[in-house]
Amino acid sequence: MELFKEDKIYNFLGKGKIFFLASFVLFFLAIALISVKGFSFGIDFTGGTVVQVKYTEAAPIDKIRESLKKNELFAHATVTEFGSPQEVIIKTPASTMGLSNDIGDTTKKILTGTGDFEIRRVDMVGPKVGDELRVKGLTAFLLTLLAIMATVTFRYEWRFALAAIIAIVHDIVITFGFVSYFEVDFNIESVAALLMILGYSIHDTIIVYDRIREHIEESKNTDFVMIVNEAVSRTQSRTTLTSLTVFFVVLTLFVFGGDIMMGFSFPMLIGVIVGTYSSIFVAAQLVVWTGFNVAGYRQMLAEKVKNRAEKEKMRAQFEQGIV
Amino acid sequence: MKLNYRVVLLIIATIFGIVFSLPSLTQSERGAKVTLGLDLQGGLHMLLGVKTEEAVTSQLKSIASGVSRFAEKNDIMIDGLNASSDTVTFELLDNDDAVLLDGYFKKIEGTVVRASGGNYSIAMTPVAVEKLKVQAVDQAIETIRNRLDQFGLAEPTVAKQGVDKILVELPGIKTQEEEQRARELISRAAKLELMAVDEDRAMRVNELGDAEAMGYGDKILVDALQPKVKHLVREIPILDGTMLTNAQVGYDQNNNPTINFTLNSEGAQIFGDFTAKSVGKRLAIVLDGKVYSAPVINERIGGGSGQISGNYTTTEANDLAIALRSGALLAPIYMMEKRSVGPSLGADSIRASLLALVSGFGLVILFMMFYYGLAGVIANLAVVINLFIILALMSLMGATLTLPGMAGIVLHIGLAVDANIIINERIREGLRAGIPTRRAIAEGYSKAMRAILDSNVTQILACTILYVYGTGAIKGFAVTLSMGLLASMLTAIVGSYGIYLLFMDRIEKNKNYTLWFGMTRKAQ
Repeated sequence: MELFKEDKIYNFLGKGKIFFLASFVLFFLAIALISVKGFSFGIDFTGGTVVQVKYTEAAPIDKIRESLKKNELFAHATVTEFGSPQEVIIKTPASTMGLSNDIGDTTKKILTGTGDFEIRRVDMVGPKVGDELRVKGLTAFLLTLLAIMATVTFRYEWRFALAAIIAIVHDIVITFGFVSYFEVDFNIESVAALLMILGYSIHDTIIVYDRIREHIEESKNTDFVMIVNEAVSRTQSRTTLTSLTVFFVVLTLFVFGGDIMMGFSFPMLIGVIVGTYSSIFVAAQLVVWTGFNVAGYRQMLAEKVKNRAEKEKMRAQFEQGIV
Repeated sequence: MKLNYRVVLLIIATIFGIVFSLPSLTQSERGAKVTLGLDLQGGLHMLLGVKTEEAVTSQLKSIASGVSRFAEKNDIMIDGLNASSDTVTFELLDNDDAVLLDGYFKKIEGTVVRASGGNYSIAMTPVAVEKLKVQAVDQAIETIRNRLDQFGLAEPTVAKQGVDKILVELPGIKTQEEEQRARELISRAAKLELMAVDEDRAMRVNELGDAEAMGYGDKILVDALQPKVKHLVREIPILDGTMLTNAQVGYDQNNNPTINFTLNSEGAQIFGDFTAKSVGKRLAIVLDGKVYSAPVINERIGGGSGQISGNYTTTEANDLAIALRSGALLAPIYMMEKRSVGPSLGADSIRASLLALVSGFGLVILFMMFYYGLAGVIANLAVVINLFIILALMSLMGATLTLPGMAGIVLHIGLAVDANIIINERIREGLRAGIPTRRAIAEGYSKAMRAILDSNVTQILACTILYVYGTGAIKGFAVTLSMGLLASMLTAIVGSYGIYLLFMDRIEKNKNYTLWFGMTRKAQ
């Protein structure tokens, strides 16, 4: 089966300004949303306690709220249904430090009398842990960006690297704009999703870059816009197919993974869409706008080849004892 | 058909993958296998902090009690002996004893002694403080490990995290009662102290405030069995649990469980000396700051053994004996993070992620076959082998499979076919341009490889950084992903090419691109 006309070259860059505008608007909308509305951070970051309780019958949410209210630890607690009517999640910003009688034991005591239940999960994070996670996570993220910048510069050129980084940030910011909008819990799994999107975005971008490089090396064309258009058109079938398979796989995670995977599967779902869009419409476009010079790049390549040849010549001479 | 090294490599990789993933898949007893994370199998995960500064305080207290003993033994008159959070202070009444006292302090390492006009103040050097803090954490780890080993849980993990944190993982915990028992056992300070009751002021205990009691060098402690009863004891203990050699569960005359402890010879000596000159007075047996009993001393007690009786159940007495035997915690510990997952939830999570894995995998396989024909089948084969290799590598490393790790594998399937899609699209491109089959395949591979290599190297680099800087879940994710990337390079680039080479003659002969590559449009 074939869905794409490989030989046709689409003028992706011709519509560059429209996509740029779309990306621009989305990007800043996302930033505005994140800064105004923020995230509903999970306890991994804020500290606090999450207790998952399963009743044998439908959970008496009102009764649970009533009983919890009496205890100071649960003064700001929320009770929500989780996955099924039998199951609830109790979330409170409070945590306890003692080991012998902790907040999980307290919950059990409080809920006695609300029905037949089983406490399935107690996650408690003290305030210090969250801070450390934030610092470590941010360090890892920035270092990863630096590493990507370095490798892409080494294998391609700094302008390619810069464009790739901008595309990554674009993807991540827009994705998490959606996370903020839909009030999906931002937890440690969301960080994993963020990193996954980062990996996916750079992967997609590099596949397109590789094509651009190939065309620069193999064709005599000096019009960079045409080279990019051709490269993007040629890789478009693979970009779409891969995105579709990944999308469907993530969709199964989203559908079957349940609420507990939500913090991972939701951002992934959005990230795949945005990542695909950006590798077709944004990343390559940006390289053009950074003022990439085809002739200059070819010259650099030629020099590299020349240098290598010269080195080999020198070595040969050296080995023969001429120098 | 003739074998080539790529096919041989693929077969070896396949055998490797299947053999080493079998123990995990069948959950057999033998062989290295993947451990399920606590979020999948249920259990208790805790990150504990150590209040190291309290180790310093208690060290100062024991210095103070040493001074007190030394002074008594040598008839040195001192007054106002007091241990605060950073110094021990006292006043020397007769300056003639200063030489003797200085000689004593020289023997205690890591202290700074300041004396002016008979007022002594003893502090610990910063180096000694740091050393003690490190020691407190290490000792806590050792102690917790000892206690858990005797508790009889399967495969407990106790490990140091960072400088002053302890990670405890208990996969065997099934119920909340069990969990609470384990937590109590771990956190129990198990600090046994034998203290003299201040008989001169004991009558006034209910009128005294804490500060006032401190002024007398006393301390007010509550009774363990009757919380309303208070005891006034001398602040500096006669001796403590460090001199304890054994603790066993016994039974008293009413058949209630008690804990019988034995002191070492030094402890027995001090205990004997003290009881000999304190006949008629009371001795308080204090455990973790609570008075368990305060019997009157009738005569000198030699032999160095004692008994703690409380309203214990046999289980409680047993846990307490374990805690006393494995030693006191130098510094108290507190909970920084706790994750406890019931076994039923873990099973649900496994089911959900397996369902996602199977359905996602099914979708991908069908799509590839449908879209690429036999090339798709080859790609699917590569992906399946890829999965086996990941599982085998994880088993060999003894890696832990967590829920995010599971998600990583599911996602990896989506990405693993990507290498195959890139290759197949490249081959089609070549064939469409009319390049001969053999060359089209060879070029497709070599060109695709460069792109895949660039991307994977970048990603593995990113994974390495994540592994170094990430915590728990993220680390697992990075490991799964990088192993997946390595495996996919092996199976997609090397292996599947080998399969094409194997069938090359046949493909070249019949040129049925629709069957082999799923191409439906005619070549130009």
